[in-house]
Amino acid sequence: MRENVLEMRNITKVYQNGVTANRNVDFSLREGEIHALAGENGAGKSTLMKILFGMEAPSDGEILLRGEGVRFQTPQDAIEKGIGMVHQHFMLVPSFTVAENMVLGMEPKRGLGIHYEEAVRMTKALSEKYQLTVDPRAKVESLSVGMKQKVEILKALLRGAKVLILDEPTAVLTPQETEELFKQLLLLKQEGHTIVFISHKLKEVKAICDRITIMRSGTSAGVFNMADVTEQEISRLMVGRDVMLKYDKEESFYGPPVLDVKGLTYVNALDKKALSDIHLSIRTGEIVGIAGVEGNGQAELVKALTGGLDGRVQGSAKVNGSEISNLDIRSIRDLGISYVPEDRMSQGAAKEESISDNIISTRYRSREWNKGLFLKGKSIVSLAEKLIEEFKVRCSGPAQPIGMLSGGNMQKVIVARECSIDPILLIAEQPTRGVDIGAAQLIHQKLLEMRSQNCAILLISADLNEIMELSDTLYVMYGGELVAAFDKPSEVTEEELGLYMLGLKKQQGEHAGRSVTSDAQVL
Amino acid sequence: MLKYFDVIRTLVSVAIALVIAFLIIAMISDQPLETISIFLLGPISTTAQIGNVVEMSIPLMFTGLSVVLLFRSGMFNLGAEGLFFISGLVAAIIAIYASMSGFIHPVAAILAGSMVGALLSVIPGIMKAKWNADVLVTSLMFNSILSGIGLYILNYHLRDAAAFSNVSFKFQETARLANLIPGTRIHTGLILVLLCIVATHYFMYHTRWGYELRMTGSNRAFAEFSGIKTARVIITVHLIAGFLAGMGGAVEVLGMYSRFQWSSLPGYGLDGALVALLAKNNPLSVVGAALFLAYIRIGADQMSIMSDVPAELVSIIQAIIILLISAEQFLKMWKNRQLLKEAEKLG
Repeated sequence: MRENVLEMRNITKVYQNGVTANRNVDFSLREGEIHALAGENGAGKSTLMKILFGMEAPSDGEILLRGEGVRFQTPQDAIEKGIGMVHQHFMLVPSFTVAENMVLGMEPKRGLGIHYEEAVRMTKALSEKYQLTVDPRAKVESLSVGMKQKVEILKALLRGAKVLILDEPTAVLTPQETEELFKQLLLLKQEGHTIVFISHKLKEVKAICDRITIMRSGTSAGVFNMADVTEQEISRLMVGRDVMLKYDKEESFYGPPVLDVKGLTYVNALDKKALSDIHLSIRTGEIVGIAGVEGNGQAELVKALTGGLDGRVQGSAKVNGSEISNLDIRSIRDLGISYVPEDRMSQGAAKEESISDNIISTRYRSREWNKGLFLKGKSIVSLAEKLIEEFKVRCSGPAQPIGMLSGGNMQKVIVARECSIDPILLIAEQPTRGVDIGAAQLIHQKLLEMRSQNCAILLISADLNEIMELSDTLYVMYGGELVAAFDKPSEVTEEELGLYMLGLKKQQGEHAGRSVTSDAQVL
Repeated sequence: MLKYFDVIRTLVSVAIALVIAFLIIAMISDQPLETISIFLLGPISTTAQIGNVVEMSIPLMFTGLSVVLLFRSGMFNLGAEGLFFISGLVAAIIAIYASMSGFIHPVAAILAGSMVGALLSVIPGIMKAKWNADVLVTSLMFNSILSGIGLYILNYHLRDAAAFSNVSFKFQETARLANLIPGTRIHTGLILVLLCIVATHYFMYHTRWGYELRMTGSNRAFAEFSGIKTARVIITVHLIAGFLAGMGGAVEVLGMYSRFQWSSLPGYGLDGALVALLAKNNPLSVVGAALFLAYIRIGADQMSIMSDVPAELVSIIQAIIILLISAEQFLKMWKNRQLLKEAEKLG
């Protein structure tokens, strides 16, 4: 048996808001292996690795590097000990070239200036050695996501990383790019590097990893040699039961269109077309999904529909016949539109205020909840109690500040708020990102329930499993355009979606951007 | 335990400040024990002394309440100082020149002071809501402006040449607030401020406007997203806070003096920020916070009269309290341990 190059013992991490992200976790790495760290979103994988990389201080536990106790106060300490990390969100300066990013903070000097040619040479040498081909003189902002990831990996290698942590490296990659990444990782392994591969995608984990540590709700659910476990076993350990998100959808009877978007175009402050000529319609009882790699116009589309773009859009967006693209959020909400925002911390909740205060924010103005200036305190508390029970929110009661809840429970409160006002249109933006599987299932069930109650739903998600299971009609968004439309989303393969998401494939005009009239069939 | 973290932290801060004060007294006083006993027991030794504490707490409650509203809505506005001053002057003008019957006169003077406070306060509010101008800067600027204008009016229009110092003409007797408890100078302003505090508490936690105020203060993006017009909320809060600060100035002038005699900003507005800090931005807690502050001030006054330690000691105590309460890291280790325990209990 090879020796353990690194050991984390009995790690516990409790965040300021009381959320326990890790509880007594043991984790070890052997020299030269690719070690998978698998678990659902919110299982504590990222936290564990942030502790290892010195970004978070553990509340309890110790770290041993080659048998020696270490304490990383900052990432700098970890880098010095040969640990490198590639984050899910890249840490690069977009306006700098690849070579400049590579040497940031350790620039080769010539006199007082930076020896740029030396930086280029270093980058080239390293990229040839590891066969990670990049152009040292290219600006980072002009690179594809896959390329940026290579730069990040090279950056870590240049700083002498022997242990490389990759946080969900494939989340932003297409299937094709993923394959390429795997080849490079195997090469790195041959060179003697140790790699931690964080993922919740079992196929990938199975494909390249030697061992696996499975995380489940903050604890370690076991360490295995990859050869000894099947995908089903891993999946069972990850979620505690055999669940692949799969729902029995009732057949829906679509009614008239609720949302009707025609030719929506938006040019952003950087003169870039963030939305170009979007045609989209959602009928009552229909879930329309929009898949896509983040940053391809989904955020702008949602903003255009929720008053965030202040009417600086061309084209039209109508809800039951009234134009909404130039309304503010209050008037839009008054039309019966609900919105679950992507960012629950900054937009979805007021952290210090109570659960019941957070629940009434979209309805306290209605007569049902106030008598003139005064709020109906008792009815509000009983509403909150009802929703807490219905959505199985784990909390001490309606008066508890919402910021004390875990991410999943906080999200349940937000979804409860938006769903319980009987909206005619619900816009759900990444509704289950970063929440545990139980909460995700509950939220999905709720969306389907809304659908059977004839609500029109716009679902924006980067989670392919979620969006393929739930959507009745699925669009793919790329570069601000709807590039593909599918009427039977569950029959599309992830690989095919990948081609559209990367912009390698595009359906011709009449399919993408289906208009209302050409598709009036009732299923 | 965790629930009371903020309360415990405030109490610990106060305790540490007092301990340090005692240490300083022990070092510089020839009779430290006696000095400490004067400092602690002086303010509650006689009815008159207790009266002093209560009457000093009245303006502190007014400005504290005003600042609580502003802080709670996320506005770091310190303008209560200037408003308190100028509204006192407005009330003085009515008290000097208008002639009305005994009950109407103070009511009119207080209302006039409050209205002027509200109208002046709303200017930084509008500047914040419309152009996102930093209220800390604009409100401090306003303090200077109002102080200048007030002194001009006092010196050139209200000044009583027959008096020996820089004070206004005498108020008419009808304008002065009635005494509440014989043997002290506690006036009817106490009832008024307690009513305001209860009303503000009710406003904050049981009305739509109060709800909007709290949501805007806690997370403005969230409030906007929910459909709350936060610009309007900010302007409303400034109106109400200015009204309260103004009322405080008017009540103080009519309750405590027979002439307007502030020749500079009296400092109650900035003290209001300290009260709000101690009260953790909670209207009802303003009562306790203001009484505590008045208590240590009267204690320090007693000490400076009757012992060899100067009253400035109070500034040290205040500074330590502010420092500890506003230092986020203070007692954080303790909080982390509590968090850990709680988490273990859950499983």
